[in-house]
Amino acid sequence: MGTWTSEIVQQESKSVRDRIRAFREPRGFGVLLIVALCIPAALAIAGLLSDILAGTRYFGSNPVKEGEHFLGRWTLRLLVATLTITPLRHITGWNWLAKHRRTLGLFAFGYVTLHWIAYAFLDVQLDWGELKTDLLKRPYIFLGMTALALLVPLVVTSTKKMIRRLGGKRWNRLHKLVYIVTILGVIHYSMAVKQDLTYPLTYALVLAILYGWRLSRWSRKPAIGPSVA
Amino acid sequence: MLIRRAADIRPSEITSETLYWNRREWIAAAGAIGVAAMSPTSLSALGAARQQGPVARGTPYGLQPNDKPTPWEDVTNYNNFYEFGTGKDDPAQNAQEFTTRPWTVKVDGFVTKPADYQLEDFLKPHKLEDRIYRHRCVEAWSMVIPWRGFSLSEMLKRAEPTSQAKFVEFTTLLDPRRMPGQRSSVLDWPYIEGLRLDEAMHPLTLMVNGVYGRDLPNQNGAPLRLHVPWKYGFKSIKSIVRIRLVEKEPVNTWKVSQSSEYGFYANVNPEVDHPRWSQATERRIGEFLKRKTLMFNGYADQVASMYTGMDLRKNY
Ligand code: HEM
Repeated sequence: MGTWTSEIVQQESKSVRDRIRAFREPRGFGVLLIVALCIPAALAIAGLLSDILAGTRYFGSNPVKEGEHFLGRWTLRLLVATLTITPLRHITGWNWLAKHRRTLGLFAFGYVTLHWIAYAFLDVQLDWGELKTDLLKRPYIFLGMTALALLVPLVVTSTKKMIRRLGGKRWNRLHKLVYIVTILGVIHYSMAVKQDLTYPLTYALVLAILYGWRLSRWSRKPAIGPSVA
Repeated sequence: MLIRRAADIRPSEITSETLYWNRREWIAAAGAIGVAAMSPTSLSALGAARQQGPVARGTPYGLQPNDKPTPWEDVTNYNNFYEFGTGKDDPAQNAQEFTTRPWTVKVDGFVTKPADYQLEDFLKPHKLEDRIYRHRCVEAWSMVIPWRGFSLSEMLKRAEPTSQAKFVEFTTLLDPRRMPGQRSSVLDWPYIEGLRLDEAMHPLTLMVNGVYGRDLPNQNGAPLRLHVPWKYGFKSIKSIVRIRLVEKEPVNTWKVSQSSEYGFYANVNPEVDHPRWSQATERRIGEFLKRKTLMFNGYADQVASMYTGMDLRKNY
């Protein structure tokens, strides 16, 4: 930890760090996480139904677009969240976080599915010609679909049984796809926005930090703990 | 999306009218259960209830049988006005404090009567009319809006363009202190737009100073804006401070920023797609099912003749 910190600071902060490290998983955390991650989806579905059917404006004047964007942003947040688990574990020593990465990953897939449903059913309204043109002629849609498609094998192999069947090493290698999916997601985002790149670039920066952290670890020493993916 | 906690949402971002309390409760509930990173756009935009706004009055221009005026709340809360932020509800929030008096409008270039007008003097000679127009944004949404204003041609005739005048260039106020969006370089400020002289002289081309029979709200381009109903919305420049008659085609801001996506003409055309989306259909704000986009936004009979012989695919 922190080769840059001086001995003294390390000494002084030791008790704080120990206390952080000693923090155990709260009871029911897994369930709480699942419930919490359902909330944005529930609000999106309820808000969109109400806006479209009853003319409310929970999602503003253009609920279909706004809802579509809302779900896209949640997809990206969750993908990034899956990638922060490992650094967080190493910094805090909370190894119990590892098993919740699957929850985050599965929810990311859930949100991208809803994002796609909002796009195909509410936005394009199942105009097949348009869906096809979008996919073939509009690179940001192609990238989004590629990202979605790459998540499918990860979902399929997310069970304990599949991990055993593939073997830890192969499973780990396969699940590195998340890095690519998230990069595709950020590129898709930056192409989807009209002009203001502030948020996409913020995500790009966060990814650069997360990936940089991993690269520096890989290059320095072999991983400690069961997996660094 | 920058992660913003519910607690960071400024009170001013949430509309204060009691009618909208259910919305605030919704936000509070969302915050309380830890949905901390909800988008401010989606949450603070508008009240949940469809509120009764002012009634639209005026002469319909080019309206289709199923065209109804878009409610006041949508017209005044769903705006592209990057001078006040890039979010659709940013202008309604960030333009509140914007002062539009005093306001000068410079008319210059190839005219025999150049002048710096105080807004009142600029408006005085003209009889204001209420006209209900169709409005089509390049982003494939549309509205029907009861504007108040007068034909730009009447004002131009008074300035007396010389024979050298071929185009009209319009400029928006440049003042980053009053227009916070201009502190970011998202566009090349000040915003510039332009029309060919015949387009500017077309009786449909409207100088606007009001909507729904009221003075323009700041977020709609107060105190003076343009509306060119057969062109995509970005041609209809807001908060105008200068009208210049020029010889060469003006270089409009969106064309500067992305010339493959936004051209000078920007005539509504369902057959020429934006590179990232189709322009064949549009979503009317307040409706779910999409509508077919009409050539020249439904004003083809009045304006198509100005473009005969032009390749509209090249001159998008
Ligand atoms: C991992 C995959 C994906 C991620 C992370 C993602 C994320 C996003 C984000 C963050 C936005 C912009 C939201 C905003 O402007 O605030 C967006 C917009 C959009 N996404 Fe995705 N998306 C993904 C996959 C897809 C897929 C599969 C499709 C459909 C085939 C799709 C279609 C769209 C569309 C149509 C927009 C809106 C563009 C516009 O309004 O002009 N996305 N997405």
